[in-house]
Amino acid sequence: MPRTRTPVVAGWFAGDGDDFRLLGTRCSGCASVFFPREDAHCRNPDCSGGVLEEVPLSRRGRVWSYTDSRYRPPSPYVTNPELPWEPYALIAVELEPERLVVLGQAVPGVTVADLMVGMEVEVVPGVLHEDAETIWTTWQWQPTGVTS
Amino acid sequence: MTTEVAVLGVGMHPWGKWGRSFVEYGAVAARAALADAGLEWRDIGAIVGADTVRGGYPGYVAGATFAKALGWQGARATSVYAACASGAQAVNTARAQILAGLADVVLVVGADAAPKGFFRPAGGDRPDDPDWLRFRVLGATNPAYFGLYARRRMAVHGDTPEDFAQVKVKNAALGALNPYARYRKPVTAEEVAASAVVADPLRLLDICATSDGGAALVLAGMEFARRHGAREPVRIRAVSTVTPRYPSTVLDLPDIATDSAAAVQPEGGTFRESIGRAAYEEAGIGPDDLSFAEVYDLSTALELQWYEDLGLCGRGEAVKLLREGSTALGGRIPVNVSGGLASFGEAVPAQAIAQVCELTWQLRGDAGDRQVAGARVGIAANQGLFGHGSAVVAMR
Repeated sequence: MPRTRTPVVAGWFAGDGDDFRLLGTRCSGCASVFFPREDAHCRNPDCSGGVLEEVPLSRRGRVWSYTDSRYRPPSPYVTNPELPWEPYALIAVELEPERLVVLGQAVPGVTVADLMVGMEVEVVPGVLHEDAETIWTTWQWQPTGVTS
Repeated sequence: MTTEVAVLGVGMHPWGKWGRSFVEYGAVAARAALADAGLEWRDIGAIVGADTVRGGYPGYVAGATFAKALGWQGARATSVYAACASGAQAVNTARAQILAGLADVVLVVGADAAPKGFFRPAGGDRPDDPDWLRFRVLGATNPAYFGLYARRRMAVHGDTPEDFAQVKVKNAALGALNPYARYRKPVTAEEVAASAVVADPLRLLDICATSDGGAALVLAGMEFARRHGAREPVRIRAVSTVTPRYPSTVLDLPDIATDSAAAVQPEGGTFRESIGRAAYEEAGIGPDDLSFAEVYDLSTALELQWYEDLGLCGRGEAVKLLREGSTALGGRIPVNVSGGLASFGEAVPAQAIAQVCELTWQLRGDAGDRQVAGARVGIAANQGLFGHGSAVVAMR
């Protein structure tokens, strides 16, 4: 039986290939954007609360900062303890139109040596981990080759 | 009307990995604080416990837990939790009870028994909890966030890993003078550089450990203090417990993203800046009035960030302040003369209380080899997860 592809968190991203996007929400009252999505009530203290509508976030942004995880993170991060630990990079990306910073893993193979603050990256679909029934999908940041 | 409370007594259990219950550390610290104040437990009208999430149910009801360990005597009991800021919340609660006339003298206690390795979220599948999500989705440990802040400083201000190492060198030298510190050996820049990278660009010796420890204070109204014979006690002049202001634009633990500044212009600086500013305003002082500061050096780079956020120097000038020796013992504004988290490791609910113990010893002139000459005013600053900041200003 083929395994199902399931987002690690429902409603945070959607689409394939070039159509892949992070999904936030925008308040119809004050135009504030939220990621992770805010579906209950606008968090702007001066807004009486509008309708929160789903909105795709910009695909591209610039590296605000980055780091990596040289040691195996604890549960609920899922890893195979029988395999040697492979560090991965984490990138905080500033999306200019939304004026917010979103954290994400870098695509496999991109290390901190490949990154610079200010570099352009784009969001792409990725696989967080796989088990017998499910391929758990996520978002990842990939350098576009454009430096600051 | 006075808004001050007196620090009549301070006490600590040494930090370390002792393998015993947090209750024991807290009770040792509490008895030491009572002895320091010259008071009996029976004299205490109220107890405030800073909770730990690592001690099972007794940790969630720390006020009653410590009261039971000391012997039930009918005191008004309160338990508070605010992550790393729990200790300051406990101080603030005690202060409010004293100033409201609910109690004359209050015992404040915090203690923790820390696990080995990374802190991790509470168990179970909790996709509505940002602290669970950051581990599940990103594997983003606390040091990963410290690494992001450090790299950002390198890019924006030109700080280097060698600069960060100098913070550890300074704090380790001071911690070696503190009998309550867990790490009491001087550390060289070479040793920092030779330690393993944990979260690029930070190495093991750039990042604070997690520790066991306990700290306690006896706080009292000024009138009670005078009657008790404390003519010039150390006084707490301000406790800042402010939240961030929307939109908060610096990525903060445990969040996966910042607020958006697209619709609302951020005003009044960053969250950490506002923590110190609220304390200064309440105390009626400014950074130039400080004799010394205790700041939350979860990492070496974060200590530098605090210099700027507390106004000890301008934006981007923290490394200069460090390199010219201004924040060392004997400098213009010594920082973390206790040895800081670099020498203690973090015992979460005890740490902000331990900072006030150090303020008190310094202001009394009782800090021995690590004494700041002529200390008159000190600030302790701290930041907890989920928007709980704290700062305490004490003076003599």
